[in-house]
Amino acid sequence: MSVLVYIENRNGKFKKSTYEIVSYGKRLANGLGSSLTLLSIGRVAEDELKNLGAYGAGKILSAETDAPLDDKAYASLIASAAQNSGATLVVMAHNVTGKALAPRVAVRLNAGLVSAVNGLPVSYQPFVVSKKAFSGKSLMQAEITSDIKVITLSQNTAGIETFAGEALIEKIDTSSMTSGTKVVSTEVQTGKILLSEADVVVSGGRGMRSADNWKPLEELAGVLGAATACSRPVSDEGWRPHHEHVGQTGKVVAPNLYFALGISGAIQHLAGISSSKVIVAVNKDPEAPIFSAADYGIVGDLQTVLPKMTEAFRKLKASS
Amino acid sequence: MNFEFSEEQLMIQQAARDYAQRELIKDVIERDTHAIYPTEHVKALSELGFMGMLVDPEYDGGGMDTVSYVLAMEEISKVDSSVSVIMSVNNSLVCYGIEKFGTEAQKEKFLKPLARGEKIGAFLLSEPEAGSDATSQRTTAEDKGDYYLLNGTKNWITNGNTAGTYLVIAQTHPEKGHKGINVLIVDRHSPGISVGPHEDKMGMRSSDTHSVMFNDVKVPKENRIGEDGFGFKFAMKTLEGGRIGIAAQALGIASGAFERAVKYSKERKAFGTEIANHQSVAFKLADMAVKIENARNLCLKAAWLKDQGKPYGYASAMAKYYAAEIAMEVTTEAVQIHGGYGYVKEYHVERLMREAKLTQIYEGTSEIQQIVISRQVLSEF
Amino acid sequence: MNILVCISNVPDTTTRIKYSADMKSVDYSGVQWIINPWDELALTRAIELKEAHPALVQKITVITAGGADAEPTLRKALACGADDAIRVDAPGGDSLFTATQLAHAVKGEPFDVILCGIESSDYNGSAVGGMLAELLDYNSVSAVSSLNLEGNSVKVTREIDGGKQSIETSAPVVLIVQKGIAINPRIPSMRGIMTARTKPLKVVAAAAASPGSKVVGYQAPPQKSACKMIDPENIDELVHLLHTEARVI
Repeated sequence: MSVLVYIENRNGKFKKSTYEIVSYGKRLANGLGSSLTLLSIGRVAEDELKNLGAYGAGKILSAETDAPLDDKAYASLIASAAQNSGATLVVMAHNVTGKALAPRVAVRLNAGLVSAVNGLPVSYQPFVVSKKAFSGKSLMQAEITSDIKVITLSQNTAGIETFAGEALIEKIDTSSMTSGTKVVSTEVQTGKILLSEADVVVSGGRGMRSADNWKPLEELAGVLGAATACSRPVSDEGWRPHHEHVGQTGKVVAPNLYFALGISGAIQHLAGISSSKVIVAVNKDPEAPIFSAADYGIVGDLQTVLPKMTEAFRKLKASS
Repeated sequence: MNFEFSEEQLMIQQAARDYAQRELIKDVIERDTHAIYPTEHVKALSELGFMGMLVDPEYDGGGMDTVSYVLAMEEISKVDSSVSVIMSVNNSLVCYGIEKFGTEAQKEKFLKPLARGEKIGAFLLSEPEAGSDATSQRTTAEDKGDYYLLNGTKNWITNGNTAGTYLVIAQTHPEKGHKGINVLIVDRHSPGISVGPHEDKMGMRSSDTHSVMFNDVKVPKENRIGEDGFGFKFAMKTLEGGRIGIAAQALGIASGAFERAVKYSKERKAFGTEIANHQSVAFKLADMAVKIENARNLCLKAAWLKDQGKPYGYASAMAKYYAAEIAMEVTTEAVQIHGGYGYVKEYHVERLMREAKLTQIYEGTSEIQQIVISRQVLSEF
Repeated sequence: MNILVCISNVPDTTTRIKYSADMKSVDYSGVQWIINPWDELALTRAIELKEAHPALVQKITVITAGGADAEPTLRKALACGADDAIRVDAPGGDSLFTATQLAHAVKGEPFDVILCGIESSDYNGSAVGGMLAELLDYNSVSAVSSLNLEGNSVKVTREIDGGKQSIETSAPVVLIVQKGIAINPRIPSMRGIMTARTKPLKVVAAAAASPGSKVVGYQAPPQKSACKMIDPENIDELVHLLHTEARVI
């Protein structure tokens, strides 16, 4: 019996979210009284894999391949690894890859799937997990009733713990992998902090007034090492690209700190930010609903407040 | 009795709401401030079929009932009555008039492009010295054998400049009084037509209101609707239905302001609590809700009667009169609930209040509706 | 080419969620139902493709698993431009149950491209599309933000970890789509509403299937504490609080 965690690398490196999900897997294994097995697909150096020992990794299955993500092929590999290691619980991150693979893996294992789970299970026997429903307007508890279970973990909900231990690496065969998709081109965002994994997000709404006014917002983001984002009207107007839209139908983010600048706080926007640890809102309208969702609020004009904020944070960063 | 809407009626209501809340809302303040005609919206609403929604599909219309029309007009008017008035004039005056009383050839030639929204219609009845009194037309349509020669001036014409097709009410036989009046379908671009400057209005500022001058305009005989002298009856019959459109517009103005007032009163705090928790505000909201519900029922009743082929002139006069009056009251209260914010453009309610005023005036003032209603009352009881 | 769009019938996204007294279920009374926003975008893109390639795209079918009360949502999809609709008479159940029902209903049918929204706005499962692909043994591409057809080749852009990728795949395929696939959801026209009256809506009996999970209960999310207001003239205080009180900077 074991817990199998699928871990994803980017250009051979692991990210903070990998450490979170590995240490989460370890805690699940402890809770279930079983062991943890990791599965890595791609090319990752041995040292990088070994580092995961500190987060609870025991056995690591390393499937070395250059094949790009293909839902069917990857899911098949994960399901076989689960079967071969006798896994009763398969865990993935609730990110674009996890969303693509977990459902296919669940069907292959005839398993129930609950996605976007928040933190550790409510109970192991029966296996009950908690997750947000209705786009953050409700919390739901669900029991997975099948013998084998699949879950995806909402990022930033379990935290990172360290463990004493050493990882054991075992290579697995990937020669039978086939692909039904052909990659034409890949565009990797470079130099910019990714919205999906940023600790700090600086987001602008209609109150920014026009696309030209984004410069000071980007400056603040630069000082804070933050990703930039926007509300729906802004992406609809074409002031910012669609991939920056945070909200119900856009991205759901869970940073430690979220700045809502000139965002009124429509319920659809709140659905995308409700998992943020701390929300700071700046709006000239004291009645804006964003203030009931925010932890800290400033009523004021962005044209004067925003540069002042950038200056104040710059001072803090310089002193620390 | 059945107070349920059909699935289709709800779908139309939703479609109108989606368009209004997603698209119309975006620049409505800008359009109002600078009196910008909503060209793109008229085009989009035409493509969706709203500009000819009541016309039989045989003539390229939407084939929808009047109840659906009321629901759509309400939703559009919650956001922008400059748009809904264009829709109302085209649907319930111009398209209806030609479809109901026109010849097959007139429908083929004029109704189809209007129903598709490729052309927009205007209804030219009011004159500088004859607004509500339709019997005393100064504009003349002189019978010249195979054509009419049109001379005179029309005032307060919605779609006056943008329209492609005019329905003009004019006097042919002054000696016969209102029985000498005719209605002619006139191409807006006929020689001899000139359009006055855009009227700078208090509300519905982005609709296109003009006076229109006719100077020896030749109109082919086949463009007359109905028998010689049918014009006055035509105008009265058509306005009966037009009132339903304007009643629904007034209803939408009221319910749009009401929705904003409710939302605001649940957000805005005073004396330590949301103002909705103050009885002075809550009771206002209760009164507004009752008035709106009454107006909606009157509008739907008139629409239902029309759909059933029953007489609806009395009901539509009541609906228009009542909805316009309560639109004025409700929007005024909505501004009051918003306090200072209500008096600035950003919160929309001041615009709705300005728009409400016009519904008491045009397509028959409130006083004219009182005449219609009282005459019926006195003849019956 | 035939396109299938899977549709979920969900409460309007502005709905306030109410619960039964025992908190074991959601109280749906008075709820206004809509097409799940992502599914609506998928449908919009399917219609755009049919309009752009009338010779290539023959038919758009919409499908849902649900009770008769889901039919207005299907008819709205027909009014928007779908050609026919299937309702699998199988309300309730988890993603595995729903995917099994859909797979049962479309197995053997000649659908080349199956579109699913990336999640539904009620249970936020992000699961049915991938499961359906696996059950049908189709390829799938997830997080798709643009879709074009060229002959039999299906060209998509998908989001991947850290960027995006243009890829080519071939029918039959399940595409799990997200924001960007279409910009404005289609609003049905009068003509669409009229023609929807006569478009076929087929009801298929449910298949035997067991769910893999069940809802145990609900909770309202924890209340936020009151927002601390800061003087716009005193931004240093904000910085100070974020640094020492919230400890996020």
